[in-house]
Order: sequence, then structure tokens, then C-alpha cells
Amino acid sequence: MGALLTALAGLALAGKEKTFWLPKQSSTAAAAIDWVWGFIFWISAVFFFIIVGLTILFAIQYRARKGYATAKKHSSHNTVLELTWTIIPTILLIPIFWYGFKAYLDLTVPPANSYEIGVTAQRWAWMFTYPNGYVDENLHVPVDRPVKLVMQSEDVIHSFFVPNFRVKRDVVPGRYNITWFEATEVGDHVIFCTEYCGTGHSDMMSKVVVHPSGEFETWLEDASNFLDKLSPAEGGEMLYSMRGCKQCHTIDGSVRIGPSFKGIWGAQHALTTGEQVTVDGNYVRQSIMDPASQVVAGYDAVMPTYKGRLKDQEITAIIAYIKSLQ
Amino acid sequence: MNVTDTSITPTDLGGYASEEAESENFLSYPKGIMSWLVTLDHKRIGILYLICILTAFFIGGMFALLIRTELLTPGATIVDADTYNQLFTLHGAIMIFLFIIPGIPAALGNFALPLMLGAKDVAFPRLNLMSWYLWLIGAAFTVFSLVNGGADTGWTFYTPYSTQTDGAIISITMGVFILGFSSIFTGLNFLVTIHRLRPPGMTWFKMPLFLWGIYGTAIMQVLATPVIGITMLLLIVERTLGFGIFDPALGGDPVLFQHFFWFYSHPAVYIMILPALAIMSEIFSVFSRKHIFGYKFIAFSSIVLAILSFLVWGHHMFPSGQSELANFVFSALTFSVSIPTAIKMFNWLATMYKGEIVLKTPMLYALSFMFLFGIGGLTGLFLGSLAVDIHLHDTYFVVAHFHYVMFGGTVIAFLAGLHYWWPKVFGRMYNEKLGAIGAAIIFVGFNMTFLAQFVMGSQGMPRRYYNYIDEYTIYHHISTGGSFIMAIGFFLIAGYLLHSLLKGKRAPANPWGGNTLEWHIPSPPPYYNFKEAPTVGDPYDFSELEWDDRIEGYVFRKAEGSA
Repeated sequence: MGALLTALAGLALAGKEKTFWLPKQSSTAAAAIDWVWGFIFWISAVFFFIIVGLTILFAIQYRARKGYATAKKHSSHNTVLELTWTIIPTILLIPIFWYGFKAYLDLTVPPANSYEIGVTAQRWAWMFTYPNGYVDENLHVPVDRPVKLVMQSEDVIHSFFVPNFRVKRDVVPGRYNITWFEATEVGDHVIFCTEYCGTGHSDMMSKVVVHPSGEFETWLEDASNFLDKLSPAEGGEMLYSMRGCKQCHTIDGSVRIGPSFKGIWGAQHALTTGEQVTVDGNYVRQSIMDPASQVVAGYDAVMPTYKGRLKDQEITAIIAYIKSLQ
Repeated sequence: MNVTDTSITPTDLGGYASEEAESENFLSYPKGIMSWLVTLDHKRIGILYLICILTAFFIGGMFALLIRTELLTPGATIVDADTYNQLFTLHGAIMIFLFIIPGIPAALGNFALPLMLGAKDVAFPRLNLMSWYLWLIGAAFTVFSLVNGGADTGWTFYTPYSTQTDGAIISITMGVFILGFSSIFTGLNFLVTIHRLRPPGMTWFKMPLFLWGIYGTAIMQVLATPVIGITMLLLIVERTLGFGIFDPALGGDPVLFQHFFWFYSHPAVYIMILPALAIMSEIFSVFSRKHIFGYKFIAFSSIVLAILSFLVWGHHMFPSGQSELANFVFSALTFSVSIPTAIKMFNWLATMYKGEIVLKTPMLYALSFMFLFGIGGLTGLFLGSLAVDIHLHDTYFVVAHFHYVMFGGTVIAFLAGLHYWWPKVFGRMYNEKLGAIGAAIIFVGFNMTFLAQFVMGSQGMPRRYYNYIDEYTIYHHISTGGSFIMAIGFFLIAGYLLHSLLKGKRAPANPWGGNTLEWHIPSPPPYYNFKEAPTVGDPYDFSELEWDDRIEGYVFRKAEGSA
């Protein structure tokens, strides 16, 4: 009962903050969707209390007991009554459908002036490509500006979900799926993968970082030039977390999906083919460009190719980073 | 009535005429294990099914407890991520393909359907036995996947994940393929039985409503199941031969798989729920001691549901990238499904109105059904609404919604039906008090488990997550606690039901006062069901029935002329 009261109170005060039922509203779409949510909630609540209330009332009022006998003559149908409780719910369904559809249409059509960011999903990482070609592990966006996401998958189906924005769209291999949002709140918002994709599905998280107005461009410029400002090994370390290496390769020697990077430089690896290789620059490069060609024994060939996705300078930096992990 | 009146014979009270005659009951005649394994008796096949699906329910339930225990804390609790993924895959596959789909029609339906028709058996008894053997083979394939590398795709087998992952995908999909045939044969058998074996006088609108529900179910079983069969075969062909059907890397389309899959699996949801609604129609009338209200509306709503179920599959794919037009149409059609369901619920309420409500165990489950299925149905409105579904899709809100429908609806109705027909099937009464306590424990445990999931789902917790962020911990604690309470309830139920088989009081022919034909013959029924073709009246007219203290059951008044 306490939970119920909190729930009702929460709905009455529905606003920007997190309520009992829904996360906080941090995009322009959230308020409209929550309104439909509340509309359905209250209609459902009324019907639920009618049905359950009458069930309980009748079960008590008309329970079989000594000295109580029901009138023997009953009507076994009443067409007018039955049509009434067919037609009234039917009429109520029309606005439920319509409001849901209208709010959905707004979700599907990005405004013409949207800022476009590419999204690449792969097991089990998100990568966001900005118009200048820079790729980041987090989705950085300016506040109060529509952002259009053009999404593709490297392997299986994933789904892009930001609870605070009420935005979700499957990321399907072999096609581009599009979604958009306009963030209204500066700060971090969690991104989930909501289409089951295997071992690391529940760790395939990232965040949207919403920048105050005017600061996004400076951030992007700064971030894009990180390789020029750092040593190759430091740059490689950045790439390691930004480009989806760390979800599968640890740097502390423990085994996850792929071999750990720790201490492998110069080591001998047995491949699934039975061959022996020495981990050197060319081997690492080959493993990034065509991962399935040289799989280390004991591991599955789940890594997607990075051909065309990493520049030479970036691969060199990653090699330098692996070399530094002795 | 004079209690010492010796002119009353056991047959007048609906029992067997003598002990000799009693040895003719279907449980003891004929004897021997082989007589069971090659039986053509629909009642025995029903019991064979019952044993099997309850075993499947037990295994699936154990997986559920392991899943809930794992989710007690974020990260690793008792198993690793890959094991967890196999657990929820098998929990889903076993519960759906091995338990819920065959549950009511093949186990309870097999027993009750020919009896309600006053028939000696189903139309094709050998096909009926074959369905059961196919179930066994399908079950073997499905469970074999557990030791054959495990399947980790979820029960939905979405491509291209299912064509790329290692593990026993072929074994489990082959199991689903075979189980499909079991389901098709059962459906076909029931369709023909209802068409051909109705007794003289039983017109379509004098059939018990349970038969209308099973009829609607059978239509869907026959028409929809072949689609899952061929889909599973295509998946196997793609995996083994590398044909590009669903995998974009081979030139296929992964969303096509989802269309195929849900073209079956949405009607399958109604294959699961229609028989449950059908049981409810019987129980509400019998335990309110009152004629069912709005017979025709209930009967037609079953058929309308069966038809509409074929037109809404796309609502499983709103965020998948299918066209906005498709989403528009599927959302609109989805809402239409709620109307026939609402009609049934209102008609049951009207049946209770001014009745004489007997709060025995089956009715307690029926009341609990109104609450749980009410929530299950109404939360469907959230998911049918396009904009709201985008937020809730693939979160725990969906998990909670379908458990409220499938468990709160179908499993609760299955339990109601099991308790309703138990005395008829086994000729024994279970402990009524423990029955009520069991129903209450399940009700409390169930709500605790799944109400918490509605909240965490609305807050954004995705489904099929092994790990989760701290924010959701409290809801998982509540949910896991509820699942343990439910487990206690189920062990209690299993305990008193098994106990009743050994020590239970002898059941009268008609403990609840039902007027469908199975209550006109002794409990358990004789192997031949009916000596002569029974006369058919209104199945919901209880005016000829009165309670008799001597046998603690109902008897038909002399008016029937059995002097």
C-alpha cells in the first residue's frame, strides 16, 4: 500500500525528476511519452479497480453460506449490457492508440538541422563517430540541439537505449537504423544494449555526455587531436578503451573473451590451426585487420574486423601500447 | 430426506454400482506398464501428458530459481555469464514449448474434452498417442542441448546471433520442430473430434465453453505451428549449409527471421491463453452455482481472439526498423485484441453477480486469475502503444507483462483446472485447507516477484541482463525473495496432491456440482466413459443438482429418471 501511494504521488508530481515508475526526463521526447504513459496508467488503474473491486465485492457479498440462497431465476445474457462493455472499452482504445502513435511519429522524424553522429555497435562495445572522423567510446552531444544517430552493427543485432531520453532503436547488421533525440539536461546518461547479444550483453553499456551549450565544439576539437599530444603508448591506451578493445582484452593477465594484452609482446602463441606465431607488430596488425585469420587456441572467433576503421597512426599507437604492457 | 433410506443405491449417487464394476475404472483397467505405454485411452494419454508437462514445469522452475538467485546481486552471484545465458534460454524454451503450450490442451484437454462430448474417445486415438511420443522425442532433443554444449540464444533464437553462436542450436531448434508436430496433431485431433463426435442434441451453442476455447486453440495450432517448423528448418539450413536466408553477411535479412518467428509465436501466446480462459468460463459458472452469463459473447470472443492473434505479430518488432506504416497498423490491430478479453472478464463478473459463490480451491485460483490476468492484460496496453513501447521494449516491464499473462493467466488457470478435475481424474480429494493456503502463497509470491519487475522495467532495466547497475538492486532483491516464496507454495501443492493419491478421501462423482457430462459418470471414470450415449442438456443449468451430505458431493435429482 505504501508503495502504491508513493507510486500515485510520484505520478501526480511527474516532472523532470525520477519518479517511482519512470527515470528522469532528460530529452524533449521524454515528457510527451511520459504523458501517454500516465494516460494509459490511469485508464488501466480505473479498469483494474472496477474488475478487482467487483470480484472481491461479489466474492464476499454472494458467498455461499447458511441461510443464504440465490434467487433461482437469473438472466443468462443481456445483449444491451454486453454491447455496452464491448463498445466503451473500444472507444477508450482509440485515444490510447492515437496519442501513442503521435508521440512515436515525433520520435522517428529527425529535424532537418540535426547534428549527425555515426553509431557502431559490436560485441560488446559502442563507438560513436563524429563528423570529423573522430571516434569515441561515449556519446558526447551538445545540450538543446537535435542529434541524429545513424546506426550500424558489425556483427549481431544490438539495440541502443537511453532510459532518460526514452529513446530506443535496434542496431541491425546490413542496414542503417536511424534515431534522434534532443538532450535537455547537462550531465551523464546511461546507454544500455537492449537486444540480447551474448556473453557481454549486460556489460555493453556506455554513456551520453551532454555538454553545456558552446562547450561541445571545444571538447570535440580537443578530443580529436589526442594522438598528436600524447606519446604513441599513451594514445594507444586511449584507443584501447575508446575503440572497444577493453571489453574483451584485459591488461592484467586475466582471461575474458580474448587473450589479455599483458606480457604478450614477443611471446609465442598457439593458434587454433596448430601454428605457432610470435606476437610482433605484424601479427598485431593482422589480428586487427583480419581477426578471424589468426585465432589463438582456446578462443572463439568473435572479433569483428577493424579494416577501414582504424588509421595507420592509430594501429601504431595500439601496438606501442601493447608493447608497453610488460 | 431420510438418511437411512436403503433404497438409494451407489449409482443413484453417481458412484460405481459395485466393487466389481469399480475395477473397470480407467486407472486400474487394464493393468500393467505396457497397457499405459501403448494406451489409446484419451484419459490415460492425458495422465501421461500431465506427468511429462509437470516434470518439464519442475525443471523449468528450477532454472527460474537459479536465474533469480543469480540476479540477487549485480555481477557474478552463483554462475558465470555464459551459464546464465543458457539458463534463461532453457527456462524459456522448456516453459513455453514443453509446458505451457501442451499444458492445458494436451493434459487437461485430453482428459476432459471427449468426456464433455459424451464420446468414448477422441476422433484419432492413435494420432493422440503419437502426439505424446513426439512430445517425448522433442523434449529429448531440447534437453539434450543442455549437455551438448548448451544453447544461449534465448527462446526467440534471433538471427544472426543464433546462426553464429557456438553451442547446441541445432539440437534445440530440432526439438522445437518436433514439438510443433506434436502440437499440430493434438490440434487436428481436437478439431475433428469437436466437429464429428458431438452427441445428438449438442449443437454448437450447447457445447461447454471449455470446448469453444480448445476449438479456437486448435485452429491456431494447426494454422500457425507449421510456420515455426519451417523457420526452424531454415535456421538449421543456414547454420549447416551456409545458405543466406537471415544472416546479412550471407545476403540474408535478420529481421525476416523475426517476422517468421512472431508469425507463429504471437498466435502461440493465444494457444497458451485461450485454454486458460476456457477453464475460467467453466469454473466461474460452476462455483457461482449460476448459469454462465453471455454464453455467445464468450464463445465468439474465443474465435475472434484466435483470428486476431494472426494479425498482430509486428508489435514484437516496433524498434526493429520495420516501416512506420507497419508499426501504425500493428499497433492499431494490437489494441483490438484487448476487446474480446475484456468481454470475457466482464461476463465472468456478471456470472458471479447474485450467485452463490463457493470459495473452494479452484474458485480461489479463479479469483486470483482476475487480479493477475487483469494486470497482465492492462499492462499490454502500455506495450501496444507505440511511443510507450519504444521506452519499455526489451526491458523487465515486458518480462513482467508476459509473466502476468502466461503465469498469472495460464499457469493459475492450469492450477485451477488441475484442482477442478483432480477428483475426477484420480478419484481422490485433496486437502481443501492446504489447497487454499497453496493458492494464497502463490498469489503473494507471484506478485512480489513480478510487480517489482514492472517498476525496474519502467526505470529502464533491460531484460536478459546478467549484470546490472546498482540502481536496480533493490527491485532484484524483492523479486528474488518472491520467487522463493512461490517455490515454497509449489512444493506445498505438489506435497498435498501426491498425498491425496495415497491417502486422499474417495471423491464423489460430482464434488463441485458441475453439469458438463464428465460429472455425470463416476470418479475416476470407467475405461469406456459412457455405457450408453448420454442425454445432453444445458451444461450451465444447475437447477437439477443438489448437495448430498452422505457423499459430500452433488447428486442429480430423480427428475432425470434413473430409478
